[in-house]
Amino acid sequence: MKIVKVDKKDWTDGLAKLYRTYRLFGPVKEGAFHCFRELAEGDRPDFEFQNTRLSAKGIIYPQSEDMFVYTLDESREDHHILKEAPKDDTPRAVLGIRPCDAKAVSLLKLNFDTPDYKDPYWLDRYNATTLVGLACDQPCGTCFCTSTGCGPYHEEGLDLLMTDAGDHYLIKLLSAKGERLAQSAGWDGEIDGLAVMENRKKAAEAKITQSIATDNLRAADTLALHQADFWEEISFACINCGTCTYVCPTCWCFDIQDEVHGKNGKRVRNWDSCMFPIFTVHTTGHNPRDTKLQRVRQRFMHKLKYFVDKYETGIMCVGCGRCVQHCPVNIDIRRVCELMNSHAASDACAAEG
Amino acid sequence: MIKYSDSIREISERLLKECRVDMVIGFRRGTVPMMNEPCFAKTPEEVQAFVWDSNCGINLANYLTDRKEKIGIVAKGCDSRNIVTHIIENKIKREQLVVIGVPCKGMIDKHNIAARFGGEILDVAEESDQIIVKGHDFEETLAKEDVLQENCRLCIHRNPVIYDELAGELVDEQQDVDRYEEVRRIEAMATDDKWAYFDDLLKNCIRCYACRNACPLCYCPTCFVDESKPQWVGKSQDPIDIRTFHFLRAFHCAGRCTDCGACQRACPVGINMRVFTKKLEKDCLDLFGWEAGLSLESRPPLDFYRPDDPDDFIK
Amino acid sequence: MENPYLPYPVRIDDIVVETEDRNLRTFKLVFLNPQDEDKFAYRAGQFAELSIAGRGEIPIGIASSPVEKGFLKFTINRAGVVTSHLHQMKSGDIMGVRGPLGNWYPWDVLEGKNILIVGGGFAFTTLRSSIIYMLHPQNRSKFGEISVVYGARTPGMLLYKDELIEWEKRDDINMHITVDATDDPDWKYNVGFVPPITEQKAPQGDDNSFAIVCGPPIMIKFTQPVLEKLGYTHDHIIMSLENRMKCGIGMCGRCGIGKELVCKDGPVFTLSEINKTPREY
Repeated sequence: MKIVKVDKKDWTDGLAKLYRTYRLFGPVKEGAFHCFRELAEGDRPDFEFQNTRLSAKGIIYPQSEDMFVYTLDESREDHHILKEAPKDDTPRAVLGIRPCDAKAVSLLKLNFDTPDYKDPYWLDRYNATTLVGLACDQPCGTCFCTSTGCGPYHEEGLDLLMTDAGDHYLIKLLSAKGERLAQSAGWDGEIDGLAVMENRKKAAEAKITQSIATDNLRAADTLALHQADFWEEISFACINCGTCTYVCPTCWCFDIQDEVHGKNGKRVRNWDSCMFPIFTVHTTGHNPRDTKLQRVRQRFMHKLKYFVDKYETGIMCVGCGRCVQHCPVNIDIRRVCELMNSHAASDACAAEG
Repeated sequence: MIKYSDSIREISERLLKECRVDMVIGFRRGTVPMMNEPCFAKTPEEVQAFVWDSNCGINLANYLTDRKEKIGIVAKGCDSRNIVTHIIENKIKREQLVVIGVPCKGMIDKHNIAARFGGEILDVAEESDQIIVKGHDFEETLAKEDVLQENCRLCIHRNPVIYDELAGELVDEQQDVDRYEEVRRIEAMATDDKWAYFDDLLKNCIRCYACRNACPLCYCPTCFVDESKPQWVGKSQDPIDIRTFHFLRAFHCAGRCTDCGACQRACPVGINMRVFTKKLEKDCLDLFGWEAGLSLESRPPLDFYRPDDPDDFIK
Repeated sequence: MENPYLPYPVRIDDIVVETEDRNLRTFKLVFLNPQDEDKFAYRAGQFAELSIAGRGEIPIGIASSPVEKGFLKFTINRAGVVTSHLHQMKSGDIMGVRGPLGNWYPWDVLEGKNILIVGGGFAFTTLRSSIIYMLHPQNRSKFGEISVVYGARTPGMLLYKDELIEWEKRDDINMHITVDATDDPDWKYNVGFVPPITEQKAPQGDDNSFAIVCGPPIMIKFTQPVLEKLGYTHDHIIMSLENRMKCGIGMCGRCGIGKELVCKDGPVFTLSEINKTPREY
């Protein structure tokens, strides 16, 4: 894997070159937090951050997006017939995405890109996006990425991985998309930086203080976990808002709605949350998950068990810690995982399984 | 504050041992700075987890709605006024409750504190009137009165208005507090400036409904934003729908809101939606002489009609 | 890239009011573009998302059978926003169909076997599709004995009455039509709930028999022990589940039960598969 060195004094020059080919997105400070915004020409991404408040999920998968447009005007020949809404899939690059958020994009891809069906909205935008990762040298106190199959220098899902080495960046080219971007930016100062990056990686990983144990989840009996007695206590504080699902980079559930203004209408996709009470309600009024306990249990069972069984690639969490930081009532996935993993190892599970 | 923790545990243990309640609802220590997690105790042993400090801004009355058990509930001033409103609105019965009143001197504002420091906050400790904030490369001591939640700074009902037990001695109520200074400032803005101010306020809203769900007043079986027959509000990120949600929710809380600040505390993107409810609180005071949740005997003004109700706003 | 969210445009060709309370109508839909019909090749048991511009989409079992060419039929109950609007539409109106979606009854496994079909109320739609498929001259010899127990609250609430009467006359299918109650003196068939009628009239189950069950949860709850008593094992009892759906293609996450998605891993499941899932449906 090729590694290039980019002096910080040449950084804006590279950005200007990139701007000719790519729409650029990067972290920007707004008030007390950083978030990803599109960068205008000449703007610089602000890399003085640990992680953004909302994940980069919204760049490839916007919270609201138009799927189709149609007219209800019966004098028009194409009335009531849906047409794809105009899309912009011009090449774009996300500068400064953390490895946890990038791995999350790969997990999202498992959902939107399947052998039977491909979601063109998500996939076209994904294909047009180059992810330029920024390795984490100062992880948050709530990060637990290393125990979720990720890490501060993890490369999965990234096209390039940058690390800040003082007066220069070391950038590892990880894919064909990454090489094309490096070429556009004029980043061609190849350097033997492998050892340096390895050392920085080990130092960063050593700073992660939090971890979760997931080793018993795969073999656990689903129904025994589902019937465990700790769900009442875990779910008590939950207020069933959508904060955890919306800040989470790996959550993907959505809703489809038709919105009409006069004679013109569109079909829109919006993020949705399994935490909301009406998420599963049938037209008859029957609701398979009409209690808070069922919904809270569903979220953690999905992330830590159903996903594990279905995709066999680990848990549906990258350890970014956002849900832990932002849950209004401090429900902590690390605690829940510990309870699930211990229960999975206990006699209760063994007896059923 | 430590004294409060001890007395809450003592009272809760006694209530459970004497079988006066089936469960006690309180807080346990959180896993991140400035957070405590609402929890319950159903056995005398479980009460040892209860804590009380200046991070107890969540309104525990929210957890009473439609419950059937006998419940011991830890309640500060604003929470107790929401309990009164809950009783009046038939969401819980007085006989079900043993209210453990907590005279409160204010909760600290986690958004405010986070905004003061560039880096991550790793620990926040409380020592009498001081708040000690630690990060990777900083440690600072702040005066608690400088970092109180805004609603606490303006609070004139710090003592619980309804209680069966008290976790501590009653405190002096604040005097000469100008509660509506911010409201008047916004009222005085020109129309365009007001629009811009509200749009800027709401621009980061992600429709997570944490504000609505943290509020004890928002208990409609189907919230107006979830209604489909007919559909009142769109579900996308259209600013019109975002404004509709916030404005209309504030109106549904008018005359009932106690300014407990739970909505603002819950918001993951730090929106100060209290400006709307505070304006309506001022209007209820000016128009109807009303403050929410002070007495079990009176009904909120939007709940009944009096012939001498002001009507000069009807044009 | 093909867009799996884009419906095929169709025109309503005919509407038949099926039930006496007028809440169930069968819509006959014709593709605006004939080549779309070939793309929509489906099998009995699958469903489709019916799309109405300006209202939304609903997942409905396909009532027509793959051997019926030139149209699709769906029988729809008036219940919510989309179905209420649909019930006010008329022949000639334009709407959309997305699909076929989901899996189908396991026809390859069912070949050479005896089939018992148990249906209740308006869950009979995909069962109609299945019966017409099996009775087709090219297919009938592939299956053994075919028995059907179908019940509704009253005679006026039965679906596809004309076809039921025709099937009843045939000797290559055993029809047991029943109603919960009736005061019609001319009622020729059974009176009784589906579970006891099944117990009385359905053939014994064995390695060579399969039961396909579709109905409201209450009917399924009481029919299951009857089938067990008759000797049908859990992996020989086939069911079609329902759940709240939006995308219908396994992406929006709404219809999941455990790790199964009803729209993609289902809606057809055997009872043994369902027993492994959490009870959230």
